[in-house]
Amino acid sequence: MIQTENLLLELIEKHGNSRDGLLPILQEVVAKENYLSEHRMVEIAKALNISSAEVYGTASFYTYLFTKPMGKNVIRVCKTISCKMAGKQEIIKAIEKTLKIKVGETTRDKNFTFIESNCLGWCHKGPVMIINEEVYPEITPERAVEILCEMDPKHLSKF
Amino acid sequence: MSTINLIIDNKTVSVEKGKTILDAAKKINVRIPTLCHHEDLCVAGNCRICVVQVEGSRTLTASCSTPAEEGMIIRTNTPKVRNARKDIVALLVSEHNTQCTTCYRSMNCELQSLSAEYNIDNNRYLSILKPNISIDRSSWSIEKDDSKCVRCQRCVRTCAELQHVNALTVSGKGKDMKISTFMELPLNEAICTNCGQCVIHCPTGALTERRYFDRVWEAIGNEKKHVIMNTAPSVRVALGEMLGYPVGTRVTGKMVTAMKRMGVDSVLDTDFTADLTIIEEGNELLQRLKKVLVDHNSSVKLPMMTSCCPGWVKFAEHIFPEHLGHLSSCKSPQQMFGALSKTYYAEKKGIKPEDIVSVSIMPCAAKKFEANRPEMNSSGFRDIDAGLTTRELGLMIKQSGLNFAELEDSSYDSLMGESTGAGVIFGATGGVMEAALRTAYEVVTGKEVPFKNLNILPVRGMEGIKEASIKIEGCLPEWSFLEGVELRVAVAHGLINARTIMDEVAEGKSPYHFIEIMACPGGCIGGGGQPIPTNEEIRKKRTQAIYEEDMGMPKRKSHENPEIKKIYKEFLKEPLGEISHHLLHTTYKKRNHF
Repeated sequence: MIQTENLLLELIEKHGNSRDGLLPILQEVVAKENYLSEHRMVEIAKALNISSAEVYGTASFYTYLFTKPMGKNVIRVCKTISCKMAGKQEIIKAIEKTLKIKVGETTRDKNFTFIESNCLGWCHKGPVMIINEEVYPEITPERAVEILCEMDPKHLSKF
Repeated sequence: MSTINLIIDNKTVSVEKGKTILDAAKKINVRIPTLCHHEDLCVAGNCRICVVQVEGSRTLTASCSTPAEEGMIIRTNTPKVRNARKDIVALLVSEHNTQCTTCYRSMNCELQSLSAEYNIDNNRYLSILKPNISIDRSSWSIEKDDSKCVRCQRCVRTCAELQHVNALTVSGKGKDMKISTFMELPLNEAICTNCGQCVIHCPTGALTERRYFDRVWEAIGNEKKHVIMNTAPSVRVALGEMLGYPVGTRVTGKMVTAMKRMGVDSVLDTDFTADLTIIEEGNELLQRLKKVLVDHNSSVKLPMMTSCCPGWVKFAEHIFPEHLGHLSSCKSPQQMFGALSKTYYAEKKGIKPEDIVSVSIMPCAAKKFEANRPEMNSSGFRDIDAGLTTRELGLMIKQSGLNFAELEDSSYDSLMGESTGAGVIFGATGGVMEAALRTAYEVVTGKEVPFKNLNILPVRGMEGIKEASIKIEGCLPEWSFLEGVELRVAVAHGLINARTIMDEVAEGKSPYHFIEIMACPGGCIGGGGQPIPTNEEIRKKRTQAIYEEDMGMPKRKSHENPEIKKIYKEFLKEPLGEISHHLLHTTYKKRNHF
């Protein structure tokens, strides 16, 4: 607890306690803690003297700011039309089979969360997968599985 | 101030720089339809219904958010404009719960009027209304039905700009965008003051008051029950709007007749307990002044702040929980009325309190919450059984089949039906202050308050924060400690102004002795339970009507109300006495700030 209090103090120090500081603070909290807990959002609201609804409203607008617990690694596959035509469905199947979770779910060990995303701007090199902030264009099902197994070898045997 | 000249529909118009195309059009009586726009709020420009054609521009322009420019040539009624507007309305309708026949806002809905005007009769887009949207009925005051939301965000802007509460926010984006609270909490768990300003700013039936009139009809129909209604001061100057009268018409006499004809056993006046509030609160103020000025008692808080507005009270409980000692301990007139209706009234009339159903007609959404506060039962029963809005009463009158316009005037029943002009002006911002000063000054000096016709003009009007000071001179012996004191008072309306005043109080820098606060802009006449629409112009007209009503009253000072004298003689004994303390005063509780 003491540690987390320090985190917020540190962030306020860095970004100030005006409304302008909200977004960078949210980003850094997500970077450090993976998501914005209810408790954390209330703390931020207090620190900036704004309503907690405003913090939540802002956070919920951005795809990269989570208000629900996420796995350590977030896998995104583009769901929009170019990637669909390039075969994103096969990628999704392969990932689901490897991690034994469906789109929108998190592995039991909290290592991976798998979600679909809107256009990622890689239409010319679809299908595209992004893990955290690393982009994998022209991904194949085999390559996707390989990457996941490199990140967490325990999935190797299960495939 | 430089002037801009432009042409709208072949007509030249000049406006000040900074005015929008919409403003300019209004000036020459060209009505451009709007939906997300509201006079009280900042420009949003999100619904696009107000598009017009600006010569030289490839696309259509939203007139509410585009400043007028020199030499603009604008057309507001071309086929292109009409088709675009029709499309926009049709798209809004396609995601709307169009069960208008069952909607509380039917016939008073901006989307319904627009779709009628643009004639969306051939179902141009398939309904994409999201299934299984549940209605949030968790709050005692406000009901939220997202299936009727057009996402114009008027409520969000209201909550932020007028009230600075920010209970409502926009969450998500695109098709998932919705109006929500923190973590989608139900309204009763959100930091919401229940003021209902979101309700009167909502163009559709997405936000409405919780309605209890059916229960009241049940009680009226039950012969064993003795139904009492008390009507708040600002209801009489606004109810007419529900029944076809121009804004600012006073319908007091007809309203009383209508309620009697509806079968209400006794039609009484909240103004009576408004007068009573003045006696209790005025004495509380004098007592606090004495404790601070003479006894130097540091636990007694000044400035004292009014507590008749339940929206403000809940706001203070949430936002300034450390400073609740500044609030007067007086219950609001509604709750005083309720407590007395089950005790004093019951006793005098020889009716068992359990058979009494005490209903209040209020301009307010927060009064519903207040009536349901668990501690509001000092009579041994619920002080108030149901709190209805002006709108609900209007509907009940329509349901009763009475021809309101043809009704004769009648006066309030007794007991607790007599009032003064001081009670009436509670309905407008500054009114409680004015009423309190009319009485307190006279109690202390034995003379009338030194303002012409008792009209204390500095505390009236629509300015957000008003201040005044009165030098107290010629005190009666027992109040000699106040001799020469410059009594400083302030009045704030709209919670954003309340916050400004309270920040000062919290810092210990407030220069005032007594502060009146009303949660809604304009005070109760602009309350969340008042007829829709409500805007600045309408608030002003209702306010004017309140002061006319005051001027027409034979007695205009609370302490001169004969029924007030009587209740102290026969029941309460003395202001702030034991019975008062038990029935008429209350305590506050700290609530979550965030």
